[in-house]
Amino acid sequence: MNADDLLKPTDAGLYCEAGDFHVDPWKPVPQAVVTHAHADHACWGCGRYLGSEEGERVLRVRMGREAVIDALPYGSPLDVNGVRVSLHPAGHILGSAQVRLEHRGRVWVVSGDYKVEPDATCTPFEPVRCDVFVTESTFGLPIYRWPSQAAVFDEINAWWRANRDAGKASLLLGYALGKSQRLLSGLDPSIGPIYTHGAVEKLNRAYREGGVALPPTSYAGAAMKGKGWAGAMIVAPPSAHGTPWARKFAPLSTGIASGWMTIRGTRRRKALDRGFVLSDHVDWPGLLGSIESTGASRVLVTHGYTAVVVRYLRERGIAAEALATRYEGEGDAQDRAEAEAMEEAEAQEVDAGGTTA
Amino acid sequence: MRDFARLYAALDETTRTGEKVEALTRYFEQAPPADAAWAVYFLIGRKPKQVVPSKKIREWAAAEAGVPDWLFQESYDAVGDVAETVALLLPPSEHSTDLPLAEWVENRLLPLRGADEEAQRFAMLDAWRAMDRPQRFVWNKLISGGFRVGVSQQLVTRALGKAGGVDPTVVAHRLMGDWEPTPEFIGRLLAADSADSDHSRPYPFCLAYGVEGDPAALGSVDDWVAEWKWDGIRSQLIRRGGDTFLWSRGEELVTDRYPEIATLGASLPEGTAIDGEILPYLDGTPLPFAQLQRRIGRKTVGKTILAEVPVVLIAYDLLESDGRALRAEPFEARRARLAELVARVDRPGRLILSPTVVADSWEAMAAARLAARSHQSEGLMLKRRGSPYHVGRKRGDWWKWKVDPFTVDAVLTAAQRGSGKRASLYTDYTFSVWDDDRRLVPFAKAYSGLTDAEIARVDAFVRRNMVEKFGPVRTVKPELVFELAFEGIQRSPRHKSGIAVRFPRILRWRLDKPAEEADTLESIRGMLPA
Repeated sequence: MNADDLLKPTDAGLYCEAGDFHVDPWKPVPQAVVTHAHADHACWGCGRYLGSEEGERVLRVRMGREAVIDALPYGSPLDVNGVRVSLHPAGHILGSAQVRLEHRGRVWVVSGDYKVEPDATCTPFEPVRCDVFVTESTFGLPIYRWPSQAAVFDEINAWWRANRDAGKASLLLGYALGKSQRLLSGLDPSIGPIYTHGAVEKLNRAYREGGVALPPTSYAGAAMKGKGWAGAMIVAPPSAHGTPWARKFAPLSTGIASGWMTIRGTRRRKALDRGFVLSDHVDWPGLLGSIESTGASRVLVTHGYTAVVVRYLRERGIAAEALATRYEGEGDAQDRAEAEAMEEAEAQEVDAGGTTA
Repeated sequence: MRDFARLYAALDETTRTGEKVEALTRYFEQAPPADAAWAVYFLIGRKPKQVVPSKKIREWAAAEAGVPDWLFQESYDAVGDVAETVALLLPPSEHSTDLPLAEWVENRLLPLRGADEEAQRFAMLDAWRAMDRPQRFVWNKLISGGFRVGVSQQLVTRALGKAGGVDPTVVAHRLMGDWEPTPEFIGRLLAADSADSDHSRPYPFCLAYGVEGDPAALGSVDDWVAEWKWDGIRSQLIRRGGDTFLWSRGEELVTDRYPEIATLGASLPEGTAIDGEILPYLDGTPLPFAQLQRRIGRKTVGKTILAEVPVVLIAYDLLESDGRALRAEPFEARRARLAELVARVDRPGRLILSPTVVADSWEAMAAARLAARSHQSEGLMLKRRGSPYHVGRKRGDWWKWKVDPFTVDAVLTAAQRGSGKRASLYTDYTFSVWDDDRRLVPFAKAYSGLTDAEIARVDAFVRRNMVEKFGPVRTVKPELVFELAFEGIQRSPRHKSGIAVRFPRILRWRLDKPAEEADTLESIRGMLPA
């Protein structure tokens, strides 16, 4: 990193001194610009949040009703202490943004988490020209090349249909925020009824209010007793796996949707019935293509296969450096962080309810 | 080959035996006989020898994918398997075909053996371009001689029995010996005519639970017969209709693998079934189990291994004599007849009557049990006098009473990613203890014993606390303490610590202990046999 960098890593996160704000801080700061609402990017307790207009509802669900959120439409610039800040679609989840910073003729883009394949539940990724591009590298190995989303949804629906015909319920695991809604958008509701875990249902509401079309779903917890679950699809976060809650749907087949399911060993280790390869992060070809389309002369690589991507880019003549952050990418750690974020948001809601009553 | 690749994926994805058998049965029901024959051949582990070395496969694949060597290596580190890494790295094929398995094997794979390198490379690229990802994976496995899938011969046998409507024990019998994977062979394998009858059939094994708490709760010590619990392969030796059958506990027919026992079987009287333990045994003493492991995987056994690791059968029980089933008779009666039989057999030294351990009190018995390790035994087996030979695992009449393992608190000092099921996670750990100069010295590696949730936490710790990189091994800050158990300990000049332990495994994570309080090498040396 250089002394005059627009963003610098600090204890609390990436700090923009010129504009006096942090981008995706991991500790509470007075002013946070957030790329999206996942727990490893949007931390609890900041003074103010600046996020995309598309993502305001989900950020609200996560940060609580007391949080001060400034919403900015994609592409419209805002002057923050002399730094021109604008947000551009990242295609990761509803409202996910790339943060573009312009100051004294230099342009930086922090892409947060992103993927390039269009997804029905959020505005698709748009490459933004810049001098310095900050990219994730969660799946920064050439073995990660996603199959088409349509093919994966066909597989998922075929699995659901086969389970239904065998008199079983289907439990499909994916992050409560983003992945679950994307999965729902690809399910074929003519196969059977669709239920969701509470954590998912809450965000479905925010998605629907934001104008995202999802098939009809019911809250699974509410309809628990004496229910015949055979043929039903239940969408839940990965942390629900193996819990007494999940066992109540038996007989059932359990599947998970994640980019990590590319690797046979990972699928086997999870000891689930099925692993579907579906990720909200960019794959290897997408990563290289995105970097190229930004035209950046310098690339800062964060969470994931950082060293690999840096070396590969350098060998191709691109100035690349590793940038240490605390972002988690896609994995068990993120799932836990997500679960904790939900609990926190719920607890805060209870508190808020108590004081107003 | 698409169906075979799909079968592989189905077998690989589930741990449920029922689902595996179902997938196999479905495959055998619809596969053309020529494909089914090769499928049986591969599934029961009769893989062809390596045709193309893995090294070449990875080299050609990396070139085809346009990936530098180091990046192939990084990818391999994440995947843990060359065949799979190659299948994932290759550019997607534009027109994948679905040629029959037999076609790929007979006309593409086998002719490559001994072909020159350029011809092999050309054939590999040609094959990859004609296959989708799952087919490529299976092809790479077959061609590198590494084909292995999580099914036992027993499951394949069961599925074949179901698909063909034939008794699985008959199928198992027909799978024995030499055969060629041809359509005719499949015809014979699944023929309804059972002139070859079921005279090979073993009895279900009687199994024991471990003693819980104080054995005195089992009643008077006089009601029990104690024997050493041997660390070998539990098996049944059967002699009927002029044939010998040696069955392992997994009901796998292993007669061919232990020619010493097969010869012994031939000298048994007609209509005999012995329950016993195959034990590596040299100069009157059992050898460690690790020696036997050198023979377990082998289908053919050479002279050297026969000389280095000869086996005997320790006879526990007599289930059939003169063609009459004895399972309902009292244990002592069966044992008495067994003793007579052992005395009569003209292969002395090959069939050994399981020695009993006599003690007049539970205290004395417990004391005797402590000597188990010095006999290469795992502890004691307690069998109730008068008890029948049960089917399967029953509580009450048979108990195993193993010696307690040694335990040590050690510090995690290095980790490595696992392979296969544990690829991409740091699951293979090196543990150290404090030496006389208060330096940590590695003394054991362990792979098992943690829950998936604990593995995930240790993995996260490793990633955040790496110190140095030695190939795939990462040294980590010495912070986490684990209680390890192991079965045996001996001096070893080959190890830096000067000791080698057997079956090390993790008992629990000592979250309560700082690294400074882990055990010392000195305390471990104290466990060495005098």
